[in-house]
Amino acid sequence: MNRPPASRFARFTRLLPLLPATLLLGGCHWALLDPKGPIGEAERTIILTAGGLMLLVVVPVIVLSILIPWRYRASNKQAEYRPEWSHSNKIEAVMWSIPIAIVAVLAVICWRTSHQLDPFRPIPSTQRPVHIEAVALNWKWLFIYPDQHVATVNEVAMPVGVPVVFHLTSATVMNSFFIPRLGSQIYAMANMQTAVNLVASLPGTYRGISANFNGDGFSGMTFKVKAMSRGDFNQWLAKAASAGQTLDASAYRALEKPSENVPVRYYSQVMPELFQQILEGEFAPGRLLAKTGTGTIRRD
Amino acid sequence: MFGKLTLSAIPYSNPIIMGAVAFMVICVVAVLGTITYLGKWKYLWTEWLTSVDHKKIGIMYLILAGIMLLRGFADALMMRLQQALAYGSNLGYLPPQHFDQVFSAHGTIMIFFMAMPFVIGLMNCILPLQLGARDVAFPLMNNLSFWLTAAGAVLVNISLAIGNFSRAGWLGFAPLSELHFSPSVGVDYWIWALQISGIGTTLTGVNFITTILKMRAPGMKLMRMPVFAWASLCTNVLIVAAFPILTVTLALLTMDRYLGTHFFTNALGGDPMMYINLIWIWGHPEVYILILPLFGVYSEIVPTLSGKRLFGYTSMVYATMGIALLSLIVWLHHFFTMGNGADVNTFFGITTMIIAVPTGVKIFNWLLTMYRGRVRFETPMLWTVGFLITFTIGGMSGVLLAEPPADFVLHNSLFLVAHFHNVIIGGVVFGVFAGLTYWFPKIFGFRLNERLGRWAFWCWFIGFYVAFMPLYALGLMGATRRMDHYDVAAWQPLFIVAACGAAIIFAGIIVQVVQVVVSIRQREQTRDLTGDPWNGRTLEWSVPSPAPAYNFARIPVVRDRDAFWDMKQRGVDLKASTFVPIHMPRNKAAGFIVAGCAFVTAFAMIWHIWWLAIAGLAGVLVTLIRHAFDDDREFHVDADEVRRLEALHGRVEARSL
Repeated sequence: MNRPPASRFARFTRLLPLLPATLLLGGCHWALLDPKGPIGEAERTIILTAGGLMLLVVVPVIVLSILIPWRYRASNKQAEYRPEWSHSNKIEAVMWSIPIAIVAVLAVICWRTSHQLDPFRPIPSTQRPVHIEAVALNWKWLFIYPDQHVATVNEVAMPVGVPVVFHLTSATVMNSFFIPRLGSQIYAMANMQTAVNLVASLPGTYRGISANFNGDGFSGMTFKVKAMSRGDFNQWLAKAASAGQTLDASAYRALEKPSENVPVRYYSQVMPELFQQILEGEFAPGRLLAKTGTGTIRRD
Repeated sequence: MFGKLTLSAIPYSNPIIMGAVAFMVICVVAVLGTITYLGKWKYLWTEWLTSVDHKKIGIMYLILAGIMLLRGFADALMMRLQQALAYGSNLGYLPPQHFDQVFSAHGTIMIFFMAMPFVIGLMNCILPLQLGARDVAFPLMNNLSFWLTAAGAVLVNISLAIGNFSRAGWLGFAPLSELHFSPSVGVDYWIWALQISGIGTTLTGVNFITTILKMRAPGMKLMRMPVFAWASLCTNVLIVAAFPILTVTLALLTMDRYLGTHFFTNALGGDPMMYINLIWIWGHPEVYILILPLFGVYSEIVPTLSGKRLFGYTSMVYATMGIALLSLIVWLHHFFTMGNGADVNTFFGITTMIIAVPTGVKIFNWLLTMYRGRVRFETPMLWTVGFLITFTIGGMSGVLLAEPPADFVLHNSLFLVAHFHNVIIGGVVFGVFAGLTYWFPKIFGFRLNERLGRWAFWCWFIGFYVAFMPLYALGLMGATRRMDHYDVAAWQPLFIVAACGAAIIFAGIIVQVVQVVVSIRQREQTRDLTGDPWNGRTLEWSVPSPAPAYNFARIPVVRDRDAFWDMKQRGVDLKASTFVPIHMPRNKAAGFIVAGCAFVTAFAMIWHIWWLAIAGLAGVLVTLIRHAFDDDREFHVDADEVRRLEALHGRVEARSL
């Protein structure tokens, strides 16, 4: 797939004029600054608020870091010179209190938002949440809809405006489940269950990734998140249900084998309790003993 | 006989690796050939390799760090090039198996074998001089520490030619680093390189704590110590507190990989989360171990080059201690996203933010030291101002990442990568270059070329911003770290800009190499005959440059914080008329041999050559026992010899000649 060097260079030169345009106009590329759900929006607000608060000190400090040495440069004999002046209680009091004040405000924000945006915390809504079980495999994501009895690989659909609870585990190393446009990521770990509550407020197709390095197939372990209306969601479920393939133990074992850049796949039937069995190490090598190691973070 | 080691361990088929190996071999052969041609082996062995002189050990640390900077930077260039190319149908030139080794090696080398040796090298070269001591507390142990570090560095580099390096990142997160997921020798190379050099670092910590607490010149109370000494004290306390945790963590991982235990495995009750906690309980103090000494360096440069006392010395000392203490209770901020509860996340978020307070105070202190001073814009000052600007930005992005909900979207992103390069390059690397330029005349006896130094600064400064500001942007676009390939078109232009930034930094490094060569060639014009080229304030400037082996012909008496400044104000004459014999430690081969045997053991363990591992271990023990019975460890430099050496620097009163 490698192109010869000449065309590679040609591609660079073609892209170069786009550069300022991408930087200035490419607002739609700033996934974290242009979120598509309330969790992401709250997190954007924190980034902007905390960033803005700190700029109140950072900008003056940077300006002073340039102005002071310049004003008191050795060649400027007009400037005052007090070689022994090295202490002032008043100045030191101010010096300590400015960062303390800012950190105090940030600490309050930290306390409040850490609790509000705890990934485990259910999102208040009049709608009943959709539960999706996600399993990190080498190197693809398996999504199981326990209530709808369908499963998919590398594609997950969700109705707009309805809270979604992702229950996560891993059949391999540590992964991090992350949909940048929707907000909060959380680790998916073997023998452990974590959860993240997300909701999409706008329809669209968003990028999902594993944000924790997990080996050779890491870069290709992306998935599509399709946020759609309730009607479209039901249609999507119907399409998945008509795929014809069943995800039973043997199909799971085949799926579990390492593979990279895996295309989207649907399963119309899922064996019951598959997620629970994966979680309990039923499919892990040396499974009997593995079960004793099962721990679960389950906080509702 | 040779365990897992066969000829197929050499990656013949990979032209990139073999090219690098060929280059390495040519360099080594050229160096060894030159030494043989000049007939310098005996000199090298007796005067350098076995030296217990802290100044020579310091220089060896600096050379090691410089070479490793080049190696680690080559990795950086490879990554930047790969990511600039690998969009869409273009897979770039590095397959994942190779790319993963490159970023793992880059991080490992830059932290353990570039930054640490630079920092410890500077401490070695300068601390005893600043304290008015003749050497460190345990000179031979110092030599051993260096060789253990060097052995670790050699192991990492050998992995290029024989076998492969870890693909599990610079911290080798379990369970990825466990045998089940990483069956090759790569992780073993990583483990043993860190284990050996880590033990060397722990010994350094013990050595310098003792030196600072027990070997200060008379009159130098703790609150009269130069801030660099204070910063080094805090650093070494952190080393002694944190490095044993690394040793234990690596030992547990070793047992998992070699003995089939299950400390961090997925199966059989192992707990990978424990690994992540343990490695960061060491890892977070580690980044402060790197930055604190450089805070000390800036605190020396700013007053000297501003011709003014350091503002707020007491604040500075307490701020340093506060940072050291806080650094031990923030480790969890590296994994807010591991499913901890909100209370836990908040605790660690707030402790992390609190670190910004003492750090902010330090920045104000430096600014107020320049205020109403006479600031000389020589190269060390340029690096310092570059640091003030850059580090402030890095600190800001750090506090942002300390807000757990912000971290939920920024964790592991390129925003994070930009943040830690922002503080490590802007803080540690700039500080090392500032310190090296500042103390170069003291260490080598002549100055570095000023003009090339400025060029190097501007390349690094501009290159840093061009290379890392795009990464902040990419992080906000949702790009994560360690990708060998991506499928978002909008990212590629930014990756290309970042690659250009890396090229600008590369230009800076080339200028620095040229700077060293030019400075050596012009050394006769720039020789420092006074011992005090910057109009310095601390004791290291009171001795000739370079300092004689015994440092001080007579131990100074300290009456003020800026001890040497005070002596100059009082008109104390540095010339002496009477001299006494000086008691000195003798050079010993034991450190080199022990580290050599440890290297053999490590290499044998990596390849499962058990008999050789046992032989290496036996070598370590036998050498240590033999050394214990060696009584010929000290000698005296006689008074006449001291007089002769001091006379060379014009430090003998005329009437007594």
